[in-house]
Amino acid sequence: MRKFKEFIIEKLILLCGLAAIFFVVLIFLFLLKEGLAVFKTVSPFKFLFGESWYPISEPAQLGILPLILGSLLVTVGAAIISVPIGVGCAVYIAEIAPLKIKEVLKAGIELLAAIPSVVLGFIGMVTLVPLVKNVFHLPTGLTALSGSIMLAFMAMPTIVSIAEDALYSVPKTYKEGALALGATHWQTIWRVMLPAASSGILAAVMLGIGRVIGETMAVMMITGNAAVLPKSLLVPVRTLTATIAAEMGEAVVGSEHFFALFAIGIVLFVISFAINVTADLFLHKRQ
Amino acid sequence: MAKIETKNLNLWYGSFHALKNINARIEPNRITAIIGPSGCGKSTLLRVFNRMNDLIEGVRMDGEALIDGKNILGPEADLVALRKKVGMVFQRPNPFPLSIYENIVFGQKVHAGRIRKSALDEIVEDSLKDVLLWDELKDRLRESALRLSLEQKQRLCIARLIAVKPDVLLMDEPCSTLDPQATARVEELMRELKSKYTIIIVTHNMQQAARVSDDTGFMLLSEMIEFGETEDIFTKPRDKRTEDYITGRYG
Repeated sequence: MRKFKEFIIEKLILLCGLAAIFFVVLIFLFLLKEGLAVFKTVSPFKFLFGESWYPISEPAQLGILPLILGSLLVTVGAAIISVPIGVGCAVYIAEIAPLKIKEVLKAGIELLAAIPSVVLGFIGMVTLVPLVKNVFHLPTGLTALSGSIMLAFMAMPTIVSIAEDALYSVPKTYKEGALALGATHWQTIWRVMLPAASSGILAAVMLGIGRVIGETMAVMMITGNAAVLPKSLLVPVRTLTATIAAEMGEAVVGSEHFFALFAIGIVLFVISFAINVTADLFLHKRQ
Repeated sequence: MAKIETKNLNLWYGSFHALKNINARIEPNRITAIIGPSGCGKSTLLRVFNRMNDLIEGVRMDGEALIDGKNILGPEADLVALRKKVGMVFQRPNPFPLSIYENIVFGQKVHAGRIRKSALDEIVEDSLKDVLLWDELKDRLRESALRLSLEQKQRLCIARLIAVKPDVLLMDEPCSTLDPQATARVEELMRELKSKYTIIIVTHNMQQAARVSDDTGFMLLSEMIEFGETEDIFTKPRDKRTEDYITGRYG
């Protein structure tokens, strides 16, 4: 009887494990089925590198290059802002902060992660957007830059907590060794701790970027959503995610437009997948 | 003049009195062993000499520890200069996760800033020759130091120290992770290094202390029970407790 119970429990757990993979595969297949249909009307090359996105004009123009560049621009901008601040913050928490400040900071970072993105987007809309508009004397503050700053806040918790973890797991003997050779605290951090934690920190950065590229709500609210080729950080852009979210409701089921949105989904899926795999590689290299 | 001298040295971890009134004179160019059962304070004493205890929160010290006649315990002591002069080899070899070459030049880069590459190359070669690793490793300098054997790692850690030209080498059970052959070779190396450095070794291995050291201090329960020439300590100990320890009655 006991053996039978064990058997049932083991199989149930196995089923849970398989379910996760099963659903991912199912989602991907569904995306492929719906998305690939668009290539009956446009070639993959024209789809990826076409410069205009007019999905409801006649005939529809389905080039997603402006959207890819929009996502890329916002993401790179967010990375440039959040990586130095995030890694700096992680170094401070892991190595420098006194215990009390450390706890306060960690709680603060967790709180930042807990803010729903729509709330962050809303705050950005009423504070950041006018600020960007006034500082750069722009006709509108709904720009890629505003999106980058906002998304930097969202990437920060991921980057800080994983990078801090990586620094924390650097063996104490490295630190002792460096200090015993007469290195200062900063030299120890810069020359020993950071290199020793580098793969973990890279993974932190990748996961932070993964979070940014998949983010939808906040970018939709504050990047202006103009599907044109962006020429600088100070113009409105539209991202891949925002396009799907904004247009899926209006697209006629079974139309070219509908299929094109799913194809955008495939592109996003591939990008996130690549980022996650890279992060995973770095994390495993660490062990 | 003694190289290192302690006068009524006391140390507390919080409320735990870890060193009680330690008085010792350590002579230059000799190997001094500190022996005693675990927890007796021998590593703590060693870590006074390069102030590594400072990393532990709640440490208090009083009394004096003099190196070349200068007290190193005061707040005015320059820790960076002290640790450059007094190097340490740890129980577990701890090369940095960098290349062999970078491990050795680490001290130079930290202390001297920019140096010509040829000067660095020379330092690497000299230091590796001093620890008898040059022939083995001269073609592998760019490889990660983490791939070396334990003995090679420990030798590399010694080379890394020698590269910053210290006066004193502190060794905290440097052979405890090594096999007997490697231990013998590292002891041989210590004897060779003796002419240039003052060496203090902490060990729980009495045979090692007897083999390698000129002077020995025996510690028990935070106190220095007996300190003197190794031969005397091992053949005619003055204190009953020393005799009991070296004859293996406890420990």
